[in-house]
Amino acid sequence: MTALTLTDVCKSFGAVDVLKEINLTVEDGEFVVFVGPSGCGKSTLLRVIAGLEDATRGTVEIGGDVVNNTPPAKRGIAMVFQSYALYPHLSVRDNMALSLKQEKQPKSVIEERVSKAVQMLDLGAYVDRRPSDLSGGQRQRVAIGRAIVRDPKLFLFDEPLSNLDAALRMNTRIEIAELHRTLSASMIYVTHDQTEAMTLADKIVVLRDGRVEQVGSPMELYNNPANKFVAGFLGSPAMNFLQKAPIDLPQGGTLGVRPEHLRLEKGGRIKGTVTHVERLGGDTNLLIATSQKEEMTVRLFGQDSTAVGASVELEFDNSSAFAFDTNEQRVAF
Amino acid sequence: MNAARQNRFNTFAAHGALILYTLIALFPVFIIVINSFKDRRSIFREPLALPNAESFSMIGYETVLKQGDFFLYFQNSMIVTVGSLFFILLFGAMAAFALAEYRFKGNTLMGLYLALGIMIPIRIGTVAILEMMVQTGLVNTLWALILVYTAQGSPLAVFILSEFMRQVSDDLKNAGRIDGLSEYRIFFRLVLPLVRPAMATVAVFNMIPIWNDLWFPLILAPAEEVKTLTLGSQVFIGQFVTDWNAVLSALSLAILPVLALYVIFSRQLIRGITSGAVK
Ligand SMILES: Nc1ncnc2c1ncn2[C@@H]1O[C@H](COP(=O)(O)OP(=O)(O)O)[C@@H](O)[C@H]1O
Ligand SMILES: [Mg+2]
Repeated sequence: MTALTLTDVCKSFGAVDVLKEINLTVEDGEFVVFVGPSGCGKSTLLRVIAGLEDATRGTVEIGGDVVNNTPPAKRGIAMVFQSYALYPHLSVRDNMALSLKQEKQPKSVIEERVSKAVQMLDLGAYVDRRPSDLSGGQRQRVAIGRAIVRDPKLFLFDEPLSNLDAALRMNTRIEIAELHRTLSASMIYVTHDQTEAMTLADKIVVLRDGRVEQVGSPMELYNNPANKFVAGFLGSPAMNFLQKAPIDLPQGGTLGVRPEHLRLEKGGRIKGTVTHVERLGGDTNLLIATSQKEEMTVRLFGQDSTAVGASVELEFDNSSAFAFDTNEQRVAF
Repeated sequence: MNAARQNRFNTFAAHGALILYTLIALFPVFIIVINSFKDRRSIFREPLALPNAESFSMIGYETVLKQGDFFLYFQNSMIVTVGSLFFILLFGAMAAFALAEYRFKGNTLMGLYLALGIMIPIRIGTVAILEMMVQTGLVNTLWALILVYTAQGSPLAVFILSEFMRQVSDDLKNAGRIDGLSEYRIFFRLVLPLVRPAMATVAVFNMIPIWNDLWFPLILAPAEEVKTLTLGSQVFIGQFVTDWNAVLSALSLAILPVLALYVIFSRQLIRGITSGAVK
């Protein structure tokens, strides 16, 4: 069964079209990540799915039922917000229990589900505290707990890690992945961070300006981007784009080569000077100004002794490079 | 001069200015209170002197308390002030929530219409209000005053509160909606506690003008059993003789309840600014 089906969903605020004909399915148990730059409409799409905004056109189906006219609480979804959005006047336990109380579940069921979530998220020591007495990471876990107790058909996460510091972000990311495995629930996860998208997703949906650019598994998108935007958005450091390429391109076209697919090689087709070196220990990033006055990044695995100012020659395999036409669409070469 | 010392100097100067202002503002109140404890002769001979054994007198308070209705006036003023504040805050907050939270046709127009009330003094409409009150039979009731003051205070309340409500996190309200809270519970349980400082501000701004108003009590509710304190105190001010002892005592007593209300609200002002809901 499909957990979610969107058909021709559009959303306008006044004259501004924020979402344009979104068609999408989320299979049962799938972890889908919506990724795209800030302001591209990811949160709006999530809010339309949740029922917090009405779709201007199109249908939203959750678990096979059209829910366009169903209020958020009855859609069988749970949502985790970037700002945690915990109820300030309630304890951790009551924050989690509130939705079940609203559904008039019996006390024993509430008790059981809350304590299960508390255990799963390791919040045992904090159940009687107020949100204001918790750290950012703990608050986010409570927010996740509040979603778990509802036992929803579909989890919605809106940039849940953006307010956490780097170390905590990595830990929480892993916890969310584990949560997905344990609950085997359908999840939609919104982020602008391509690392989160690549590491968490079964399926990535790349959005730009309210349109779906491409849908696919992380590796499909990495190996086979449909256009220049997707190619540049996924992968870190980002793909190099060269207008003055050493191969035959369609008129006005662009060559794309990922930094990790370039190597230093005598007699290579691209010549340039090193302008900056980043030594990360595990790998080394060289920033290079080519002889054609274009900038590119090279990622070398391991440590490398190339110094700033050195002249280098770079080579790549045509099989790992991409060509894009003037409309930024992928073309064969 | 280094930064730390300059800072201390600035702090000192700021405190100095504030203390000076406090003294100036409190001086008339102080004069009223000390003179209310003096006999008539000393009030005029040495208005700035503290009451001493010779000049001390409770005659003013005795007159005021013997004037049997004084407690009734007190009660009337209290009912009118508290009642008006309650309705201003309730309706002001509800209107502000609607304006801040819901997108509907004419939202901006409605906001402007409500803001118009800030610029047009309600007293311009006194005659029409009086006619309305006569027709509805509300003349000489406390309701007449409460309704008028609610109308008078609402525009500014809506204006201030909607600005604050716009700042309450959307995520919090949306979390409530997903958890199945009704819009009323979202309003009363989630939003109102977070705008409590703004509510206290609105209450404080509205309280004093209502408590002190003489105009509407005189016109809409001059009857003995609904007189407010300010109106009631006028009996001591005659065309030819004024009982200054009684006037000063009545004024001193009138300060107390406002002071109590103010303390309640200002504590809210300070307490309200804490919550760990968002970030
Ligand atoms: N309530 C609203 N009214 C008007 N415009 C909005 C509203 N909500 C979002 N937008 C606009 O929609 C666009 C997408 O917003 P959003 O979905 O929050 O982007 P993202 O989450 O991808 O950063 C933005 O340009 C934003 O200004
Ligand atoms: Mg967003």
